[in-house]
Amino acid sequence: MDVVAGKMTQTSADPSVNAAAMADRRVRLTAREVTVHYGAKQALFGVSIDIPDRAVTSFIGPSGCGKSTFLRCINRMNDTIEGAKVGGTIKLDDLDIYDPHLDVVELRARIGMVFQKPNPFPKSIYENVAYGPKIHGLARSKADLDLIVESSLRKAGLFNEVKDRLNEPGTGLSGGQQQRLCIARAIAVGPEVILMDEPCSALDPIATAIIEELIDELRENYTIVIVTHSMQQAARVSQKTAFFHLGKLIEEGNTSDIFTNPMHKQTQDYITGRIG
Amino acid sequence: MTDMLSTSQAAIDRTKLVRSGLKRRHMSEAVFKALGLTAIILALGFVALLFVDIVRKGAPAFTQSNMHLSVIYDPTIINVEPAPVRAEGQSDADFRADSLVWQRKVALLNWNKVIEASLRAAAPAGNEIESRALLTIVETDARHVVREAFVENPSLLGQTVKVDLLASANADNWIKGNIDRSLGDAQQQLSAPARALIDTFVENGIISTGFAWSIFTNVDSRAAPASAGLLGAFVGTLWMMLIVIVLAVPIGVAAAVYLEEFAPKSKFTDFIEVNINNLAAVPSIVFGLLGAAVFINYLHLPISAPIVGGLVLTLMTLPTIIIATRGALLGVSPSLRQAALGMGASRTQMVFHHVLPVTFPSILTATILGVAHALGETAPLLLIGMKAFVAQVPATPLHQATALPVQIYLWQGNENRNFFEPRTAAAIMVLLGVMIMLNGVAIYLRSRLERRA
Amino acid sequence: MATVLNEHIVSSYEDELMNLNHAISEMGGMVEQAITDSANALLKLDHKGAQDVRAYDKRIDEMKDRINDMAVSIIARRKPMAADLRMVVTAIQVANDLERTGDMAKQLAKRTMQIDSLGLAPKFYNGVKHMTDLVARQLKAALDAYAARDAKMAIDVCAHDEEVDAMHTSLFRELLTYMMEDPRNITQCTHLLFCTKSLERVGDHATNIAEAAYYLETGRHLGVDESQRQQL
Repeated sequence: MDVVAGKMTQTSADPSVNAAAMADRRVRLTAREVTVHYGAKQALFGVSIDIPDRAVTSFIGPSGCGKSTFLRCINRMNDTIEGAKVGGTIKLDDLDIYDPHLDVVELRARIGMVFQKPNPFPKSIYENVAYGPKIHGLARSKADLDLIVESSLRKAGLFNEVKDRLNEPGTGLSGGQQQRLCIARAIAVGPEVILMDEPCSALDPIATAIIEELIDELRENYTIVIVTHSMQQAARVSQKTAFFHLGKLIEEGNTSDIFTNPMHKQTQDYITGRIG
Repeated sequence: MTDMLSTSQAAIDRTKLVRSGLKRRHMSEAVFKALGLTAIILALGFVALLFVDIVRKGAPAFTQSNMHLSVIYDPTIINVEPAPVRAEGQSDADFRADSLVWQRKVALLNWNKVIEASLRAAAPAGNEIESRALLTIVETDARHVVREAFVENPSLLGQTVKVDLLASANADNWIKGNIDRSLGDAQQQLSAPARALIDTFVENGIISTGFAWSIFTNVDSRAAPASAGLLGAFVGTLWMMLIVIVLAVPIGVAAAVYLEEFAPKSKFTDFIEVNINNLAAVPSIVFGLLGAAVFINYLHLPISAPIVGGLVLTLMTLPTIIIATRGALLGVSPSLRQAALGMGASRTQMVFHHVLPVTFPSILTATILGVAHALGETAPLLLIGMKAFVAQVPATPLHQATALPVQIYLWQGNENRNFFEPRTAAAIMVLLGVMIMLNGVAIYLRSRLERRA
Repeated sequence: MATVLNEHIVSSYEDELMNLNHAISEMGGMVEQAITDSANALLKLDHKGAQDVRAYDKRIDEMKDRINDMAVSIIARRKPMAADLRMVVTAIQVANDLERTGDMAKQLAKRTMQIDSLGLAPKFYNGVKHMTDLVARQLKAALDAYAARDAKMAIDVCAHDEEVDAMHTSLFRELLTYMMEDPRNITQCTHLLFCTKSLERVGDHATNIAEAAYYLETGRHLGVDESQRQQL
């Protein structure tokens, strides 16, 4: 373990430490037998998985394997798709996410999302970050709001770069900065879980590295679930990895185990780049 | 070694093949470009032709012959007691009653005689001309002008002042040469002595041509055609434009937003969409019939009022605005919507905080274009009764009015072709000017908003 | 039974992995040959043969360097995962073990050249021959287990290591006895003592290679599993 300026970080490289840490982490999200149908076509077949608290869990798998679909089930974004039907249960702590009495808007204040293509609102940087707290009524005064905006931008590692131009449009930033803005925007609402759908796929390697570093810092306070096409990214960034294939969850476990010694042949074939 | 040779030979052959086809491809491209250019030139040419023709016809209408007549306020003709003066302790009502009585007496006087006398005084000595013929030189509203001046300032009695009067329409025709001077007396509009006198006045400078402000400041007139103007029609059109903007935009945008964002996808909503698309193609006269049947017969709204015209034009503009708004909404990237929803915005918040602001430039453009288009619609307005001759400015949308296109139609039908043909062209120019200005506003606003975004 | 691996999508990657495997096999063959040759030279006290073995060792060292370079290149460029990663990492370990084994063969050859006699005394001959045969068999089995990714074979090799140790101990005692019996034997026996030590080391290296084969196939460490099995 590294001890850096009083902050204990556990690197994923030390498998025994990692395994021990994962074992006694509490579970934040539980999914049991989750199925998704798009009209007549079934996209997910009975996925069950536990997502540990304050750690990064990554979903990997080939295109169309259902990992993004499952991610979107967690914050009920599939509700916005016509003809999508979700079965099974997903629980955040003890709260059933698909309870008909639960307000989706409230759920999305607790589970934030960052998308593949950075999509800041066509408003100023300040407005982008302030929007969430405003609509959820989290700030009592302008001073409160200013504080939330600044702290979110700091946590996202963006404040120093934009503090002099908070009123400029968010769309004027570079790709990497825009994505960090989207992360700041998601953090501003104070969620417990952050979902990331291929957050770095549209970015260059340096910007990607900055975001991965950010994810590493964020996981001390947030539970993060990340869908990624890059196995190397999953290997670098996550503590737990789940492999999806054709709508089924094939294997899940500690990241270092999955990438050094997976149990299923399909997992092995995928991560080594072999034709299945 | 031979492998390398054969591949380079293959490469050379391939290059030759490509090169041989190049000429043909460039040729067809050049032909297409030429066709396109020709089409554009043709189209622009016709438009230019149209504009040139209208401007040529209408430009003369913007100048008008005015007569600067020295009017003699002859006390013998103006036989009336002096204007009432407000007495001590007299109430407003009493004073007004007294004034009205005096004004009525003034009105009953024969003001034409005043004008006739002034004209004879202005004419060169020895001029033999009948009274009636004399009066054909000035417009029939001349007596009103002179009388109003007197009512304003009763001290004019006994004085001689220069008053600007409009020359009559026929006189104007003669002066401008709209009527062939070589035609015989039977085909002329004015009698020979009148014509001769007019020429004299022109030489003397008593009649001169100036800018025809009357087109913009006067209402339509049958009795005094030279003074006919567009003011009433303009205001009527403005009222209708206002009603269209105030009604069509909120209703259209709301309908489009509902259909696109909130309505569940069902056969019923598909049916509505198809019908809206078809409505845009419905002939405008059908809307006129609808307006007449529903607004006038059923709801008993006043005939020929801008409110009815506005409502009818709203119905016509609605499909345009709905379709344009829907198009703009569809053009909003789904990632923006997802971002808003992912933040925990409700559907309504997503639409009103994020989607609509982005579509605002398109909606604005569609509105202005829709309104500009509606401005030029004549058929529905005719059916709701706007074909009548209206000679006042509508003070409210409920008063009788007419509209610019209708005014053009009415002027087009006027018997005094020589006078009204240029006038009609001038009115068309005004209408086109309004439309061009609206389009210009649309372009300017759109570029401003897009630059900000 | 070994897991059958599918072909890589990128065939040049597949080729690189195959080349690495072949290099290991080739080096294994070279080292096996070196052990056999040096053993024969020792038994017959063939000085010429011993010299050839010593010269051959250079090629074995070059082979190890080559395998190292290939492995590092694959790691840098291909980012191997799971079984591929284990294969590359164990290839480095096995090359190292093989190089040390080659050195052992060189040691035997050096000793051979220092024993000045017409041949080994018959009473020593059998013992040494048994030892060399056993060790050569272990080495071959380990290399076969690695090439075939046969976990069972690997376990067998590790189990037989006790035999090698036992044979080494007995040979050691025997040589001591001979030395105590007749001081004239001391020179030859001392040399032979060192030789048996070298052969025992070869046996250890063979065991290492077998453990590497086990790890390659199963992803687990043989030591841990063995101790767990013994507890049951």
